[in-house]
Amino acid sequence: MYRYIANRVLLVIPTLIGAAVLVFLLMRLIPGDICAIRLGSGGSMADPRAIARCHIELGLDRSIFLQFLDFAWGFVRLDFGTSMWSGKPVTEEIVARLPISLEIATMATVVAILIAIPLGTISALKQNSWIDHVVRVAAIAGIATPSFWLGILSILAVLEFSQLLFGAPWMPPIDYVPFWQEPLHNLSIAFLPALTVGYRYAAVSMRMTRSAMLEVLREDYIRTARAKGLIEKIVINRHALKNALLPVVTLIGIEFAFLISGLVVTEQVFNINGVGRLFVLAVQNQDYTLTQALVMLTVVTFVFVNLAVDLLYGWLDPRIRFG
Amino acid sequence: MVDVAPSFAPEILDEAVGTPRARSSVLDFLRRQPLGTVGLALVLVMAVAGLGAEWIAPYSPTANDFASMTEPPSWAHIMGTDQFGRDLFSRIVYGARTAFIVGFCCAMVGGFAGLVLGVASAYFGGRLGLLLERINDVIMAFPLIILALAVIAVFGGGVFNVILAITIPLIPRCARVVRSSALAIREVPYIDAARACGFGHTRIILRHMVPNVLAPFLIMLTAFVGQAILAEASLSYLGLGVQEPIAAWGLMLQGGAEEYASTAPWIAIFPGVAIALTVFGFSLFGDALRDALDPKLRER
Repeated sequence: MYRYIANRVLLVIPTLIGAAVLVFLLMRLIPGDICAIRLGSGGSMADPRAIARCHIELGLDRSIFLQFLDFAWGFVRLDFGTSMWSGKPVTEEIVARLPISLEIATMATVVAILIAIPLGTISALKQNSWIDHVVRVAAIAGIATPSFWLGILSILAVLEFSQLLFGAPWMPPIDYVPFWQEPLHNLSIAFLPALTVGYRYAAVSMRMTRSAMLEVLREDYIRTARAKGLIEKIVINRHALKNALLPVVTLIGIEFAFLISGLVVTEQVFNINGVGRLFVLAVQNQDYTLTQALVMLTVVTFVFVNLAVDLLYGWLDPRIRFG
Repeated sequence: MVDVAPSFAPEILDEAVGTPRARSSVLDFLRRQPLGTVGLALVLVMAVAGLGAEWIAPYSPTANDFASMTEPPSWAHIMGTDQFGRDLFSRIVYGARTAFIVGFCCAMVGGFAGLVLGVASAYFGGRLGLLLERINDVIMAFPLIILALAVIAVFGGGVFNVILAITIPLIPRCARVVRSSALAIREVPYIDAARACGFGHTRIILRHMVPNVLAPFLIMLTAFVGQAILAEASLSYLGLGVQEPIAAWGLMLQGGAEEYASTAPWIAIFPGVAIALTVFGFSLFGDALRDALDPKLRER
């Protein structure tokens, strides 16, 4: 097990270095001079002295290797520099928007697990029945439906229902208030986006639960358990589901990408001032320092979530632990 | 000795030349996979709409008609009009063309690059395989939309850049799956036999390895088309993908859809239905293809 952990942890280092190199080089591929683009807005020519100052400020007057070391060292110290768009420190920009994004992400994961595991299990147990067909179609529909469209439709539904019930349209608030200050206000901001992102997340997990259950239900030890005369409930809960959930745990890590993508788009739909929206604004405003920091942060989070899931998987599955 | 029949290649070749065996395989697929048939039908309807947009669309997708802005669905405009008086049905039909161009370009380029890299990584192994694997690890550490956004931040929007932005993340995903299939094939005796006969690397890879990884590859291609269509719609919705005046489904949902959600809901509903149905079609078809090509699943 220790060897497995060491191997898995060591594998993270080249991935992170490679990702840092890729992000750094990608941002240096921008056609033209970043400073000229930044200072020469509206098609006007920027003052060469201002461009030179900007080069020094961003460290662009130094060699590419030193620039990379600067970037990597800054990342280690969580100092991503200053936003080219707002002029504020990038860390400050991100920290201010992180709580609402984390809350939506957590709620979406809970929604996904609550929908996916029971429905995926029922679907596998009733394979090829009408319930199975309904669940499978709902799962594929969840994957096929763009989360931003689902968001727009949910806004439309809320507007229509509130008009019908209260005689006036109601929209969820957009100004963030922590849960412990105003729980209802906080939940009314996060609920719809979490449901929107969670449905898609649930759809992917539901398919995985179903196929893992189908696989396990055909194993010899399930046949043995049934042959011993165990009641079906025990066979399913204690023998089948416990083993089938192993790949689902992995999926939660892998599909973390869905969650991030979902947040980027959904925050835009609901006008939520989270990290996802900040990302879109950074790209729209050609704020390369902010974009660079956000891409790198996403990658680091993604890599560590996958590492945690792999380690958890190794701990849960004796074949890996003792392999 | 080396011409041991590959498991999938003859069927694929038969289908390509349209022999009676291919026809019966297609009929068998349609009979055994009703959901897959529905998926294929959806995809074909959208593909025909995209190909024949000039003949199917009753209006120009870019023609503004300020006398008929946000008109509800009627005989004159079967899906209504948007906030600029443009016919939604015509824009959806032309949007199908944009979606299929982006979807197929990304899937084909990303898929074939992944196929080559995956098979090469498995066949040669050693340092080259290790290097390719580490590069794959790095690119796969970027969620698709995040890498696409980073590429767009550098090169800007537009159809070509969107295709580029979506294709790059697809390559390692394909390479990873193809490599795992190719690794198993590399150990099969007929590959050793081909080497013993003195065949070159290119011949062994193209004649004996690639045909045997075509099943997972084809399944992945169908999934990639759907994913690329969805990613393009998301990028266009964010205003970072395809730009006006090109008709694109995601772009149609930007701005007007939310603003007119309560007064003209058709602006929000129809483009989303088009995206969902197309991706739904590709997903159903891909699932059925997997069931049909995987002997383990076929038995169930």
